[in-house]
Amino acid sequence: MIEVEHVSKVYSGRKAVDDVSFRVEKGEVLGFLGPNGAGKTTTMRILTCYMPSTEGTARIAGYDIFDESIEVRKRIGYLPENPPLYPEMSVRSYLDFVAKIKATPSNQRKSQVDEAIGKCNLGDVENRIIGRLSKGYKQRVGLAQALLNNPEVLILDEPTLGLDPKQIHEVRSLIKGLASSHTVILSTHILPEVSMTCNRVVVINKGKVVASGTPEGLGQQMKGAERVSLTVEGPVEAVRGKLAGIDGVLSVQAAAEAAAGTSTYTVECKLHSDLRRALASAVVSQGWGLLELRGVSMSLEDVFINLITKEEA
Amino acid sequence: MQNILAIWQREMKSYFVSPIAYAVLTVFLFLTGLIFFGNLTEVYQYTMTTAQMGQAPQPIDVPSYVTQSLFRTTTVILLFLIPMLTMGLFSEEKKRGTIELLLTTPVGNFQALLGKYLASVTVLLILFASSAITISPLFIYSRPDWKPILAGYFGMFLYGAALLALGVFISTLTENQIVAVIVTFGVSLVLWLISVFSASATGAAKDVINYLSVISHLDDFIKGVIDTSHVIYYLTFAFVGLFLAYRSLESMRWKG
Repeated sequence: MIEVEHVSKVYSGRKAVDDVSFRVEKGEVLGFLGPNGAGKTTTMRILTCYMPSTEGTARIAGYDIFDESIEVRKRIGYLPENPPLYPEMSVRSYLDFVAKIKATPSNQRKSQVDEAIGKCNLGDVENRIIGRLSKGYKQRVGLAQALLNNPEVLILDEPTLGLDPKQIHEVRSLIKGLASSHTVILSTHILPEVSMTCNRVVVINKGKVVASGTPEGLGQQMKGAERVSLTVEGPVEAVRGKLAGIDGVLSVQAAAEAAAGTSTYTVECKLHSDLRRALASAVVSQGWGLLELRGVSMSLEDVFINLITKEEA
Repeated sequence: MQNILAIWQREMKSYFVSPIAYAVLTVFLFLTGLIFFGNLTEVYQYTMTTAQMGQAPQPIDVPSYVTQSLFRTTTVILLFLIPMLTMGLFSEEKKRGTIELLLTTPVGNFQALLGKYLASVTVLLILFASSAITISPLFIYSRPDWKPILAGYFGMFLYGAALLALGVFISTLTENQIVAVIVTFGVSLVLWLISVFSASATGAAKDVINYLSVISHLDDFIKGVIDTSHVIYYLTFAFVGLFLAYRSLESMRWKG
């Protein structure tokens, strides 16, 4: 549905986007993840034909974003980072205006606007002036605007920015619900959002794609080691020596004593090895008390920090 | 076409929801009314003094004297007011980020530009239409020749439409309405005062400078003469302004 091929964008000598390529299949929700200033917004602006790329191109629904930009524009709904609202208009008249400039046939306009208002829960405020609405409502009006005309592709730049937790939850489930009939790209720097809403993730840093895959796969892929956390009652140095001696253990770190004679240890083990059994029997055979033992999975956050810092190193 | 109409409608609403249109309209009507009153009083005092001195007053075509002098001052008032009509057209969209909406929907740059320009032209027409109230006493108390008056209006309309096109162009260059208004006013004023320099110039330079002046082309209209060369001048002016605005919108995409 969306094919991005070697897109670069140079701003006054600085490469904001550097040779970015990825594909999004129909019905997928792609999370575009990266720290602020990584080039997410620029990439989205290129895809929505707001600005042309310096090099490379992209196709949306088979149409080239440069040569057939009007065809592309007809098929996308775009929510920019700052929702593009006219503060002096009422919610309904604003959506009606957007429906008009999106060339909605006049006999379907009202039903389209009603549908967007319904989907985004704007019924209570439809006749209020946009400038007087709270940030959360404004964001939802921006989202409603993107949904008008049922575009095949939705491009959402930080859709949950400025919403309260309940609204974030609503918007996320709304996006999930849209996934069946639309192809969605959403950018974010909020990590849980990605694992909650996206089928696939592209991580971008300093204009370059540094990783892509499913949220779970990315965790697996980026993991350098398996980690196990143990809480053991016993002498710290002896426990550490014993654990470090087990085959497959890379390092052992002891945290401060939690209670008298009890410490928590984080053991890094070789990839694809499960040493939990060996660790447990080693502790028990020494007569120490094994109070807790659990595998620690690497969170997306760790993966993200890893990717970003590795790039900088 | 539907797009142009939609943009035009939104822009018209925005003019009349914000105080801009009302402020411009009020100031315009107040000033033209004041000047009209002043001109009439002048004529009245002239006839009174000549009568007191026992002379027969020179016959004056009062309606044409009054309207011509009104039109001349109106051009100056428009010089101040027109930049206010165009200042927000694109700069405000850029500031609010709504330009991103306009340029990512199937509305082309050209349609967005035309819709907005036509909205500002419509407000100008509303200004002129309402100023008809000001001069209506002439039609009540005398029987003026309406054709020269209409020609004067036509000339002022062309003059206004040309300056609006210039204002639209300048509005695409900045995010700041104040900057847009000041620069538009400054450039208009230069094009207005340029005829002053023609006095010291000679030969071809004099002709060129005279031709460029926005105001020198208006005189014939105010006298009631419609000369196609002047019509072409103003239309060309407006076209160049809109063309530059269009190019500026295109280049905005490249600069990002």
